[in-house]
Amino acid sequence: MGMTLTEKILSAHSGGKAVKPGDNLWVDVDVLMTHDVCGPGTIGIFKKQFGENAKVWDKEKLVIIPDHFIFTEDKHANRNIDILRAFAKEQDLPYYYDVGTENYKGVCHLALAQEGHNRPGEILFGTDSHTCTSGAFGMFSTGIGNTDAAFILGTGKLWVKVPETMRFEFNGTFPPHIMAKDVILQVIGDIGCDGATYRAMEWAGDAIMQLSMEERMTLCNMAIEAGGKNAVIQADETTERYVKERTDKPFTIYESDPDAKYRLKKIYNADEMEPVLAKPHSPDNRATVSECKGEKLDRAYVGSCTGGKITDFIAAAKILKGKKVEIDTFIVPATREVEQDLSRERIDGETLMDIFINAGAQIGEPSCAACLGGPKDTFGRTSDHQRVISTTNRNFPGRMGSKTSEVYLASPYTAAASAVTGCITDPRDFLYN
Amino acid sequence: MQTVIEGLAYVLGDNIDTDQIIPAEHLVYSLTDPEEKKNYGRYALSGVPAANAGLPEGGKPFVDEGQCASNYKIIIGGKNFGCGSSREHAPACLEIAGIQAVVAESYARIFYRNSVDGGFFTPLESQTLLTDEIKTGDSVKLDIERSLLTNLSTNKSYPLNPLGDVLEIIQAGNIFEYARKNGLIPQSG
Repeated sequence: MGMTLTEKILSAHSGGKAVKPGDNLWVDVDVLMTHDVCGPGTIGIFKKQFGENAKVWDKEKLVIIPDHFIFTEDKHANRNIDILRAFAKEQDLPYYYDVGTENYKGVCHLALAQEGHNRPGEILFGTDSHTCTSGAFGMFSTGIGNTDAAFILGTGKLWVKVPETMRFEFNGTFPPHIMAKDVILQVIGDIGCDGATYRAMEWAGDAIMQLSMEERMTLCNMAIEAGGKNAVIQADETTERYVKERTDKPFTIYESDPDAKYRLKKIYNADEMEPVLAKPHSPDNRATVSECKGEKLDRAYVGSCTGGKITDFIAAAKILKGKKVEIDTFIVPATREVEQDLSRERIDGETLMDIFINAGAQIGEPSCAACLGGPKDTFGRTSDHQRVISTTNRNFPGRMGSKTSEVYLASPYTAAASAVTGCITDPRDFLYN
Repeated sequence: MQTVIEGLAYVLGDNIDTDQIIPAEHLVYSLTDPEEKKNYGRYALSGVPAANAGLPEGGKPFVDEGQCASNYKIIIGGKNFGCGSSREHAPACLEIAGIQAVVAESYARIFYRNSVDGGFFTPLESQTLLTDEIKTGDSVKLDIERSLLTNLSTNKSYPLNPLGDVLEIIQAGNIFEYARKNGLIPQSG
């Protein structure tokens, strides 16, 4: 019987025998990623289990990207960066992107892609649930905890249960006002925030394959919001071009067999998609933007691994150009590369940075920032009953800081259109008028 | 592995995510320093909105103000318990607060895996929704070998799903002990 893309990658990393959903395998790990929130705990367990002087299994395969609590006065948070720095020195790690240096990147999931650590056919584990983002590159990637990460640090292996695969096929062409964020929020609304628990989400169809790598990452990023173990998109020319610009390392492209077995196949007509959002307090609480039109907001936020890429800011800038925001609007580039691109990319001669400044938005430093609340002095963190429209990925109670704030998740188009009016607004009102 | 656990139940609803279990602002404390890590007990479940804290009435803090340990020993949850982030601080903070088992209708994958591999407590699945059957503060008894939960306050018992594949890791204590037992890593660390 045929295998899915996910099953093939797991098979190739566990001895090459055919695998099926439910099998428990020990797989060889190609990349382990950790950051400032989970790195110190992982290092602590590694040393306890393998000894104070233990060496990591392969320093070329460990990537440490501090990104969560960076621009803060919090003493404990800053101490955690020191722990990472000392470990990188002790282990002589080539891929540690240190805070306060030219090597600092920002949000790990985008930095992994931009620095060439995402390669088709590989297995990447990360101590962050949004590690599923890397599946956009036709690889197996998923989030794990400190214990599992420490196990990999010592052994280079981890046990994995082979997930059943759900296939989501979008045929046709997405309308120009639809972004990957609308697509993933639509699907999470359809299957629920535990609808893909223990499963792989495979994306396919002409409309998906027309998406840029950044849009594919947005789609895969939120698989975890449906409970998914991993998300995956078959690598193609778009993937190869992106990867080869960033790494010389070889990679393998796998594809699902025509007779592969799926738990479920859902087929959508891309042309019929509507702008949607997730209302408070769950990513599956979907509504169309037009259903919520006019609901009052206090702030808008464009940033994070899922909504802070240059594609997201180009979209926001298209709407904000020549306009003023009506509510507090926070712009947080995910990485330094995105931040630099804000000053390079132009719309009718004006840089994105100038468009945002002239619109009255505030620009933050590249990091996870208020996507997950964070220390009290975090840029854009909610502190009260604020009602926020955000391009981030989670809106459970308290996610952006205050337990009494309310978060609507939406595309950068919808967030920017709503920033201009101060209430939930359909981006078509601006894009086509 | 302790097979019979008796204590007070703390009841929560569906989709209790990791930000409610331990808000991100608290993810800065050491998990190895014995004094500093008590902060995780102090802030365990502090992100749950008051109305949902300790069902059915709500308004019952899991840990009393100024304390680092909870009076409750077993959490009863609904669907998709532990959804959200991969932060191992979530199962860790519950253990640090004194939780010995969680019984939920279903779990998010990473939280479940972290609970087992890290050996924090036993995550069990109920066969029916228990959040209508058990109240916060009820005395409950969990018999893991028999996969049975009894509400001592009402004398009603509820069957639980057997632990399945993960039983061996839970019995060993954590993933490292399991791997040592099976010769996957050397005996001494």
